[in-house]
Amino acid sequence: MPYTADQPRPRESADDLRARIPGWGADLDPADRPAVPRERFDPGATGAHWTFPDRQPETQPRERSIEHEELPPVFGDTVHLKGLSGVIRRHAYARYSEARAAHWLLLILGDRVDAIESHLVSFATTRPDEPITQSGVLAELGHRPVGSRLDGRRADLKHMWIDPVIVAGPWLLAGGAVVLAARAVVTRARG
Amino acid sequence: MRAMTYRGPYKVRTEEKDRPKIQHSNDAIVRVTRAAICGSDLHLYHGLMPDTRVGTTFGHEFIGVVEEIGSSVENLSIGDRVMVPFNVYCGSCWFCARGLYSNCHNVNPNATAVGGIYGYSHTAGGYDGGQAEFVRVPFADVGPQLIPEWMDEDDALMCTDALATGYFGAQLGDISEGDTVAVFGAGPVGLFAARSAWLMGAGRVIVIDHLDYRLEKARTFAYAETRNFMHFDDIVVEMKKTTDGLGTDVVIDAVGAEADGNLTQHITGSKLKLQGGSPVALNWAIDSVRKGGTVSVMGAYGPIFSAIKFGDAVNKGLTLRMNQCPVKRQWPRLFEHIRAGHLKPSDIITHRIPLEHISEGYHLFSSKLDDCIKPVIVPSAV
Ligand SMILES: NC(=O)c1ccc[n+]([C@@H]2O[C@H](COP(=O)([O-])OP(=O)(O)OC[C@H]3O[C@@H](n4cnc5c(N)ncnc54)[C@H](O)[C@@H]3O)[C@@H](O)[C@H]2O)c1
Ligand SMILES: [Zn+2]
Ligand SMILES: [Zn+2]
Repeated sequence: MPYTADQPRPRESADDLRARIPGWGADLDPADRPAVPRERFDPGATGAHWTFPDRQPETQPRERSIEHEELPPVFGDTVHLKGLSGVIRRHAYARYSEARAAHWLLLILGDRVDAIESHLVSFATTRPDEPITQSGVLAELGHRPVGSRLDGRRADLKHMWIDPVIVAGPWLLAGGAVVLAARAVVTRARG
Repeated sequence: MRAMTYRGPYKVRTEEKDRPKIQHSNDAIVRVTRAAICGSDLHLYHGLMPDTRVGTTFGHEFIGVVEEIGSSVENLSIGDRVMVPFNVYCGSCWFCARGLYSNCHNVNPNATAVGGIYGYSHTAGGYDGGQAEFVRVPFADVGPQLIPEWMDEDDALMCTDALATGYFGAQLGDISEGDTVAVFGAGPVGLFAARSAWLMGAGRVIVIDHLDYRLEKARTFAYAETRNFMHFDDIVVEMKKTTDGLGTDVVIDAVGAEADGNLTQHITGSKLKLQGGSPVALNWAIDSVRKGGTVSVMGAYGPIFSAIKFGDAVNKGLTLRMNQCPVKRQWPRLFEHIRAGHLKPSDIITHRIPLEHISEGYHLFSSKLDDCIKPVIVPSAV
């Protein structure tokens, strides 16, 4: 009871716990805990044999946080910026620091635009996006779709209906854009 | 090569991609023999992490065989079987020199607040991940380590993230002998955190989730008491009741940005992305821990603000501790625990999925179908 100074009595003794649980108390001494103390100055421990790493070549102008004074020596060099999403993302990096909500909200906007752009582009390839196989919904078969969900009272049942909307949304938008474009072409051809 | 690729929220597929190349003298190219899907990947999959680009390959838990090495690599040879920590880090910056490997300053142009993580969006450096046949591993002399001869490959795989993170989370709880430890979330991270709390001498470990099959695992694998939060009108009140009104000494948040339990928080945080995530579990942690207690946050959150009950944390005099796990620091001691039989990490693996069926794997894990706890991905080339 917190209203008095007494410590609630433990339910199980250390001996009981040791008997029941493999390794109980093996790391009781903080000295055995690898994350303690948090900071330990030991540059020799990492395997690095350089004081500053060689610089990876910058094959394309690499966007970076304005909180970085210079481009770090090593970086991921995948999926370069392109299209409208690239313009949005580049602006988010060039203009706003990580401290600014605008930085992150623009990046999220860039993500949504990227998804739509990429869907549209995919329709011009031999492997267009399609929501059935890409959403993995076929895994429902054979993996207890009903039983899994009705086992107990799962909290996420309340919002599962949103997921298909998110999956189909950009696809419907892209489809709609195609229809509108086709209509425009047809109208112009007739006009 | 074949690689998992992101196609937009809730959509992934396996496609043909160029094999990664050596881009720096200390790079290695690793042929992946096994990878896993992490709860963190779900945040990307659901479109929650800013600057996740269509075409990116996810996967930060993987083991494999060294296929190619750069000119300055000294510690690895072609053909070595290696386990790779999820952190990309240089080993020599101000932070790495002090053991903060997950906070490296030399590997991520996109953000100074985030280190480098394989396959974890451009916000974590723009590296491709290991859910593929091949992956570029920067700083081959720093991160990867030979898989010990005696170690099972699945156990090695679990060491690259989930186990190391759970163990790290328990350490950040500063557990003393006899402490009552609550763990929110019975996913891989929570299960390993609960199990690790005992190693540090906890007197009681309570795991909270809403998925009964995972709570069952918490009882059998992690020897924990469990609470299904759906069975209580208010889980915080239950946590107080079960500790004689005191609150628990330590709470570990192993849920993160997509917490359930409050529909408004979940929808604004996880679905609409108006917050850096839904902080339901973190707020429960703050309110369940005793005054003067410690909250260890392993759950991942996005970089924008979240509606966190900071006033309670201040008034209660809490210690809040958190980080991405500096994985390799945990290994020597974790290896001892595995070898001594204190831990059998591969016990939590429930599904094995060929890389070609990656979208089914994501759907299964995301929707928590078929009692899924930890799916392992097997590239076809193996
Ligand atoms: N800090 C790190 O280094 C690090 C490393 C790995 C994973 N993570 C993070 O840890 C978290 C867990 O990862 P995981 O792989 O175990 O994921 P997971 O999705 O398998 O597990 C999360 C669990 O939390 C449960 N849950 C949801 N809302 C809850 C609530 N309000 N209270 C209690 N439980 C709730 C879910 O039912 C699920 O079982 C994720 O956020 C992940 O990003 C962090
Ligand atoms: Zn992870
Ligand atoms: Zn570093």
